[in-house]
Amino acid sequence: MHVIRDDNVDSLKVYDRVCTVIQSTVKIYDLEIDEDGEDGEESFEVRKKRVRPCRTERPPKRSTMLRQAPRLLARATSMMKVRSFSTADVPATPTADSSFIDAWRKVIPNIDPPNTPLAFMTPRPSTPTSIPSKLTVNFVLPYQSELSGKEVDMVIIPATTGQMGVLPGHVATIAELKPGVLSVHEGNDVSKYFISSGFAFIHANSYADIIAVEAVPIDRIDPNLVQKGLAEFTQKLSTANTESEKAEAQIGVDVHSALNSALTG
Amino acid sequence: MAMVALRREGRRFAPLISHNPINAVRSSVITEELAPQGARFVSTQIVRTRMKSVKNIQKITKAMKMVAASKLRAIQTRAENSRGLWQPFTALLGDASSVDVKKNVIVTISSDKGLCGGINSTAVKISRAIHKLSSGPEKEPGYVVLGEKAKVQLIRDSKQQIKLSISELQKNPLNYTQVAVLADDILKNVEYDALRIVFNKFQSVVSFLPTMSTVLSPEVVERESESGGKLGELDSYEIEGGETKSEVLQNLTEFQFSCVLFNAVLESACSEQGARMSAMDSSSRNAGEMLDRLTLTYNRTRQASITTELTEIISGASALEG
Repeated sequence: MHVIRDDNVDSLKVYDRVCTVIQSTVKIYDLEIDEDGEDGEESFEVRKKRVRPCRTERPPKRSTMLRQAPRLLARATSMMKVRSFSTADVPATPTADSSFIDAWRKVIPNIDPPNTPLAFMTPRPSTPTSIPSKLTVNFVLPYQSELSGKEVDMVIIPATTGQMGVLPGHVATIAELKPGVLSVHEGNDVSKYFISSGFAFIHANSYADIIAVEAVPIDRIDPNLVQKGLAEFTQKLSTANTESEKAEAQIGVDVHSALNSALTG
Repeated sequence: MAMVALRREGRRFAPLISHNPINAVRSSVITEELAPQGARFVSTQIVRTRMKSVKNIQKITKAMKMVAASKLRAIQTRAENSRGLWQPFTALLGDASSVDVKKNVIVTISSDKGLCGGINSTAVKISRAIHKLSSGPEKEPGYVVLGEKAKVQLIRDSKQQIKLSISELQKNPLNYTQVAVLADDILKNVEYDALRIVFNKFQSVVSFLPTMSTVLSPEVVERESESGGKLGELDSYEIEGGETKSEVLQNLTEFQFSCVLFNAVLESACSEQGARMSAMDSSSRNAGEMLDRLTLTYNRTRQASITTELTEIISGASALEG
């Protein structure tokens, strides 16, 4: 992003390339376009045109447009206000493991070193001195980022040791999760998900990462199927012979009873 | 005129050409082209068959490009949705790419089918470089290979170091359960201190970045967190659940491996389709250009032979008159 800020016309090419990357993260424009009250589905080309009339009086040159549009983009991609629901990752600053790159270049000078995950991740903010008012939650599943950088008041996670409430300023924790209900409290809204197991990391800077393998909102669970499943697995448990069969049946019983209590409780 | 055309075609068809037509007759290919002296007709058969085959190639590669484009569309959304999966782990455990360990295992992800540009070679090149980087007096890196193409390349020089090789990964649509089972297999059968996953990360249809993700074994994580450094903050985290810290760490690293592997496999599949799309696109474009050139040659040859015939008829007629 820094590259685009100078008024060099060569940055036009970089800018075009960045546009194609950004085009996939539609929601950036939602943040901007919603201010103008326009449809979020606009393509970037139309957006460029629209910038011109409201920014300058005279017909602006390409360089002026280059100057204005990135400022809007930069505003939209500020650190704390992480793009909601964006599922593509944009390399923020190319932070990389310098010791790895040095070691690489010593042994293999001809080939460029491969990228490492740090290069593709926006770095997390450091621990603030005072407790922040909101907890930032990332709730991810293998096929979707359910919540990405959402600021909430509290989450209750089903750790193996029991339900655990997490407020901003919680001590840094790694929690293993069991099948149960995850509830996200924001103001007066509570959204509940039933998750299969996973992990939850709570960092000192009031960021919570919850990784689950499968999650469904509670209202989508059918109680009849839950009862049927529970009965089926209890029966399997009683007729199981081998260790693995017993373990499977036990897991089935556990999950279904957790589902049951989630629906009733 | 015919000689000029023949000379041009000869560059393509026959290895031996001489300007002397009698010697040319002896060459097998040109025998069919150049009429023996006395005949009046030059065959354009060869050019025509070549044009037909090039046109077929153009059609096939265009179809392959369409297929790759549709597969790419399907898998791209899934790959982008899975990108949130590895970020929490990197946020917690940092990027351990420079951690020095004894037993490195390099997991190379490649495709099963070919015609996808240079991505498999890139992955193998980076894997070999990492192998070199992590080789030392007591260290012996091993390979786990996913995909046929990398296996074929690595088996040539590192056959003993390939611990496990998996193919036909994409027979059924990729899903997390399948990859989790695969990860479980790898973890059970391979001894490792650090797993380095090498894959091509999909950035756009024309750009694929070779990437290396690292997953450390639980013992190494404990060791590193105790000694401070990158994972030093890990000690400050309280552990909820499980009896001991090492048990939770073990579950954590196994979960991390399956998540990172899932994302890597999806990105790799995306890159494969993207690379195949651009390879087939350039191939069909080349075929189109080749077809244009051949058409020109064909027409020139045809017109030359017609002109020759006409000339002969007219000169014969004028000889009769005059």
